[in-house]
Amino acid sequence: MTGLSVRQLRVVFDGFVAVDGVDLDVPSGDVRFIIGPNGAGKTTLIDAITGLAKAGGSVTFDGQELLGRKVHRIARLGVGRTFQNSTVFEELTVLQNLDIAAGWSRGPLTLLRRRTSVPPEVQHALETIRLTAARDQLAGTLPHGQKQWLEIGMLLVQNARLFLLDEPVAGMSHEERDATGQLLGELSRDHTVVVIEHDMDFLRRFARTVTVMHAGRILSEGTVAEVQADPRVQEVYLGHAMEAGNA
Amino acid sequence: MTMIQDAPITSNSSAAKAPRRFQALIGFGLAAVVLFGVAPVVLGDFRLSLLAKYLCMAIVAVGIGLAWGRGGMLTLGQGVFFGLGGYAMAMHLKLADAEPGQLPDFMQLYGQLDALPWWWKPFANPAFALAATVLLPMLVALLLGLLIFRRRVRGAYFAILSQALCAALAIFLIGQQGTTGGTNGLTDIQGFFGYDLNDPLNRRTVYFVVAAALLAVLGVAWQLMRSRYGELLVAVRDGEERVRFLGYDPANVKLVAYVVAAGMAGLAGALFVPAVGIISPALIGVVPSIEFVIGVAVGGRASLVGPALGAIAVAWARTALSERLPSAWTYFEGLLFILPVVFLPGGLASLAGFLRRRRAPEEVPA
Repeated sequence: MTGLSVRQLRVVFDGFVAVDGVDLDVPSGDVRFIIGPNGAGKTTLIDAITGLAKAGGSVTFDGQELLGRKVHRIARLGVGRTFQNSTVFEELTVLQNLDIAAGWSRGPLTLLRRRTSVPPEVQHALETIRLTAARDQLAGTLPHGQKQWLEIGMLLVQNARLFLLDEPVAGMSHEERDATGQLLGELSRDHTVVVIEHDMDFLRRFARTVTVMHAGRILSEGTVAEVQADPRVQEVYLGHAMEAGNA
Repeated sequence: MTMIQDAPITSNSSAAKAPRRFQALIGFGLAAVVLFGVAPVVLGDFRLSLLAKYLCMAIVAVGIGLAWGRGGMLTLGQGVFFGLGGYAMAMHLKLADAEPGQLPDFMQLYGQLDALPWWWKPFANPAFALAATVLLPMLVALLLGLLIFRRRVRGAYFAILSQALCAALAIFLIGQQGTTGGTNGLTDIQGFFGYDLNDPLNRRTVYFVVAAALLAVLGVAWQLMRSRYGELLVAVRDGEERVRFLGYDPANVKLVAYVVAAGMAGLAGALFVPAVGIISPALIGVVPSIEFVIGVAVGGRASLVGPALGAIAVAWARTALSERLPSAWTYFEGLLFILPVVFLPGGLASLAGFLRRRRAPEEVPA
């Protein structure tokens, strides 16, 4: 099948079971939000898919087994991710960041020469992430929200088909959230998107499907309305979030 | 955010790039004039051959600037590669100096050997020896680098490991007095490919060879730093783990810079031998390896010319101070390492950028 398919995934750190037998299917073109209280295993799940954390079970993307491969090999299969704290290369310009992200398949001769023009896919990504004007700016000088967009742009030029975004709108202003939401909509036309998010308002507006995790397991899955109506979810997560939000 | 700003920024940046390319050419031209025109006229034979020695340090420094400044690998063991290049060259020159059919002088003294050791033999061939001065260090660096970077050894561990290798090579050489000259090293080198090194004119020629090599090495580093590879190397320095998620294996990226830096150190070692007339374990051990790095730190590790200028300045200061206050040099050297690290991490090169920014604040992107 196409898309992401996770079977009986299990991640153990020093005896602590962070992810405990997770089954997850994200079909091609979905925008899936994964929510859950802190420590539910959301980020660990992404770490396992991208090769950062050792895991048991099986993870396939478009039919290719990912577990057991090295991080950069998984990236080459079209799996891209962002991090909670943005990790752009701050001493390089926006253009350089994107150009590097676009380049793992370049041969030595191309690498040893200077970049003489802006590659079309990079130009296209600059427009998509709305950073054309900031092209020659050092990435370290960008505001937080634009750094997150740059990361998404890097996934675009990297030719990732599966985007795993770890809290992309944390710390963003309202306008930036709206713009990011639109961006996700545009991306979902030809990509599969998985978003870890805490922001319930953002989730209601932009999620197509939702998976709720709790204590390393999948608690509930479905549309936003279905998940919100699930009493177990209200108990462990939405209840908490609402209380915390009101407090 | 508005698209209206696009056009002016694009034209600005292309306008800014043309003079920068021009600047690089002017810089190379100026350096050539100073090295080939001014220095040989102004300096006497003695000072000029000292400068040749400093330029050898500068060649090592250019490589360290690439590996450490751009690649983040604190190469505290460049003495290994400098030594391999130096010994490869000195072995050939000792064989060429020896009477036909005779062993090199020190082997007759200490060796109790009947014949030349097998690993000396290929160095009698000048082409082999010349190639080996650069390729042998690069090969060793390749093998070491594969082991080190694949296992993700980095930071302080990498620095300590390179130091240990340096110490190991020096100790090994000292232990093999019969075949390597031991503590004395390979000394008293008389000729350089048929030219008598005691002739001042030939010593000047050696200076010109070293100066040309420095310019060539700077050219290689310049191309590497401005290329896409150079940008990728900085990315690996600043976010090695992040680069993996972009589909690159950072070990290979670092390996290239490490191997190139080793080749440069080997070339420097090879030129050091005719310029100074000796190579010995004391010149390639832990202390000289640290001194290579000090010059780079002072000059500015991430810039192109900073490491070279810093290395020349520190080597010159060392001679000047040792001539007048022999005991003060060690303290001064310690200060030289601490001051840039604490107060000027970008080295002297960052001062130039700082001044330029103050003069033209409007050039800074908004």
